[in-house]
Amino acid sequence: MSKPILEMKGITKRFPGVLALGDVDLAVGEGEVIALAGENGAGKSTLMKILGGVYQPDEGTIVINSKVTAIRSVGDAGANGIGFVHQELNVLDNLTAAENVYLGREPRKIGFIVDRAKMNADAEVFLKRLGLDIPGRTRLSELSIAQQQLVEIAKALSLNARMLIMDEPTSSLTLTETERLLGVIKELRDQGVSIIYISHRLGEIKEIADRVVVLRDGRNAGVLERDEINHEAIVKLMVGRDIKHTDRPQNATDVSDTVKVHGLRTRRYPNSPISFEIRKGEILGFAGLVGAGRSDAAQAIFGVDVPLSGTVEMDGKAISIASARDAIRNGIFLVPEDRRNSGLIVDLSIRENITLPSLDRYSSGGLVSRADETKKAEEMSERLRVKAPSVESKASTLSGGNQQKVVLAKWLSLEPKLLIFDEPTRGIDVGAKSEIYQLMRELAASGVAILMISSDMEEVLGESDRIAVMHEGTITGILDRAEANEEAVMRLAVGH
Amino acid sequence: MRKELGTFVLLVVLCIVLAILNPSFVSGVNLQNLTRLIGIYGIFSIGLGLVVITGGIDLSVGSVFALLGVLLSIFLVEWQLPAAAAVLLVVAITTSLGVFNGFLITKVKIQPFIVTLCGLLFYRGLARFVANDETKGFGAASGFETLQSMATGSLLGIPTPFIILVVISVIAWLFLHRSIFGRYLFAVGRNETAARYSGINANLVVASAYVICSFLTAIAGILLAFYTNSISPSSHGNFYELYGIAAAVLGGCSLRGGEGSIIGILIGTALLQVLQNLVNLLGIPSSLNFAVMGAVILIGVVADQLLRQRQAAKVAS
Repeated sequence: MSKPILEMKGITKRFPGVLALGDVDLAVGEGEVIALAGENGAGKSTLMKILGGVYQPDEGTIVINSKVTAIRSVGDAGANGIGFVHQELNVLDNLTAAENVYLGREPRKIGFIVDRAKMNADAEVFLKRLGLDIPGRTRLSELSIAQQQLVEIAKALSLNARMLIMDEPTSSLTLTETERLLGVIKELRDQGVSIIYISHRLGEIKEIADRVVVLRDGRNAGVLERDEINHEAIVKLMVGRDIKHTDRPQNATDVSDTVKVHGLRTRRYPNSPISFEIRKGEILGFAGLVGAGRSDAAQAIFGVDVPLSGTVEMDGKAISIASARDAIRNGIFLVPEDRRNSGLIVDLSIRENITLPSLDRYSSGGLVSRADETKKAEEMSERLRVKAPSVESKASTLSGGNQQKVVLAKWLSLEPKLLIFDEPTRGIDVGAKSEIYQLMRELAASGVAILMISSDMEEVLGESDRIAVMHEGTITGILDRAEANEEAVMRLAVGH
Repeated sequence: MRKELGTFVLLVVLCIVLAILNPSFVSGVNLQNLTRLIGIYGIFSIGLGLVVITGGIDLSVGSVFALLGVLLSIFLVEWQLPAAAAVLLVVAITTSLGVFNGFLITKVKIQPFIVTLCGLLFYRGLARFVANDETKGFGAASGFETLQSMATGSLLGIPTPFIILVVISVIAWLFLHRSIFGRYLFAVGRNETAARYSGINANLVVASAYVICSFLTAIAGILLAFYTNSISPSSHGNFYELYGIAAAVLGGCSLRGGEGSIIGILIGTALLQVLQNLVNLLGIPSSLNFAVMGAVILIGVVADQLLRQRQAAKVAS
């Protein structure tokens, strides 16, 4: 390791009733990329919030450039050259790129007039350094998520950040955008910027990290040097046990019994009708870049975004879907990508979320029986191993993995025939991930047809029985398990 | 529940203080009049509360009172329609205004504030035009005494509007807190997208709230018309929608939607009426009426917010 620019030593942080961090060490060298890994709740966020001045540690010291430094506020963090790029973008899309970069410290003329020319020119220097060749006056709303993220990085750089903390920066990027961002990170590293990179995507960590620091239950679980980094080793440290990435046999499927989608046209791609079929008992992976039209197709089949034309055939009968209600009545369910806004009503309890689409089952004469509801909700939470004090807990208090289980519980309490998962494990920790995969397989084995949209290559290749790849609204190919590999999928995803 | 409890404690304290300062507060006549008013105000406040729970608002209630009051007088006094027919007609017309609101809000996607603000202006103007800007009334109510007694009479010493409110409250409570539709109302108010993703017909749920609100507005409006027995189209019902919204908010409904309870709305309504009564009984100049009400509501909301922040700080530390 080069000369350390940051050392956190013996950091301890207690919250009422929990030890969030116990004696955690973290050192970052100049121009080094450190990956911080760990399951959700392992203490990554708390550690980074201490570095960012949001929390104060109970014990331990922070040494920056060989000086013991107290970071008492978010402003202190900035003054010490620490910049954040958050998982949820902190940019204002009604302003321009340059206005975002210089928000709150706009260059001025005669004291109070914003010097736009200077602001745009200055911002463009930083944007160009990140490979984003756009005028500073471009409105953020015209940029893609990936580009907006680069604007946020530019903002950090313009504050003379010597160290960037990136919290799951690729979670909403496409594969090519991810590649580009990883390239940017490497370039920043070569320019001497240190980076702490938090991600659940082990492939990315392998590609860019100089070292991996793994936390487990609020403590250091271990460190892997560059040449020790591999999938199994990281996962082993994260979960504290071996998880074998086993190759499973292709599910036995009945080819005669299928869900057929024919000539489906969505509002986003009105000129590209798509047709495909999902066999009962199989997991059909839907790969492609973000924006390829996969979610649009899913929403059309589920009826929340009514298709322009097309038919869905089930058990040999065409069914008409004009609303989510129709889809639900026919056993077609969607586990949406945006869990917190579409999948759940986070202010309601687990019970209320689980029974929402099927309230008539727990009621007579229009009045709901709370006892029946509770019984079902408890049964489902137990079956899916939802970790919560009770089914009356609000969904907002649960971790991502447990929230996803509640969404699933909602649908499994009915009888699914076709279950569509849109990015089923995004932002979910490794342990819960494997539980969800396990569940998907059990469902498939019980004869449910499963459509799984995923931008996580490992997930698509590891979990699908067949893989349909989309590019700009059309299905460019369907791969069997035997012919599927990363290159083949990528080739189809970019339209070759 | 905690918020309702706070408002309830405030209500009880006010009643005790008022009873001590002026014993005529607990006199039969005063209590009768107070509960009569609570009955009338409570009925439309429940309607407004349901709308607020969907995250919406209905500003047109007061103007609708003027319009339906004028129409009722014309139907009964000038056209000499049978009482039942006049009531049915007024209820049907008023309820159809709710259907119209619901349509504009859910199908044309205009913000509830705008739709009902236009209603506030339009129905007021219409009422004045229909009445030729003349005050309408029911005189001695000859031919429809029974109808009038619904507003002005009593049963076993309890004012009939209060009895009607109790019946409506029980139905509304079952509807909101125990029925499927009530659950949908909360779900849509909290998060319309997720509700749609659970197969709920969100538009129908929201529109229904406006229809129910208008229906309850019709009931309350008929009682109010007979209670005042004189409908001056330019001022009858002025600001009444705000009483309803204030009652709902005091009772724990959030203007962001998804929160609230029938019992809370009732407590809020009672609190507002007791405040009004307080101004009268303590000889506070009636010009200060609104100022007292505004101040008490503000103090209540600020106190609630401060308590909430203190609690949040306790949880975080």
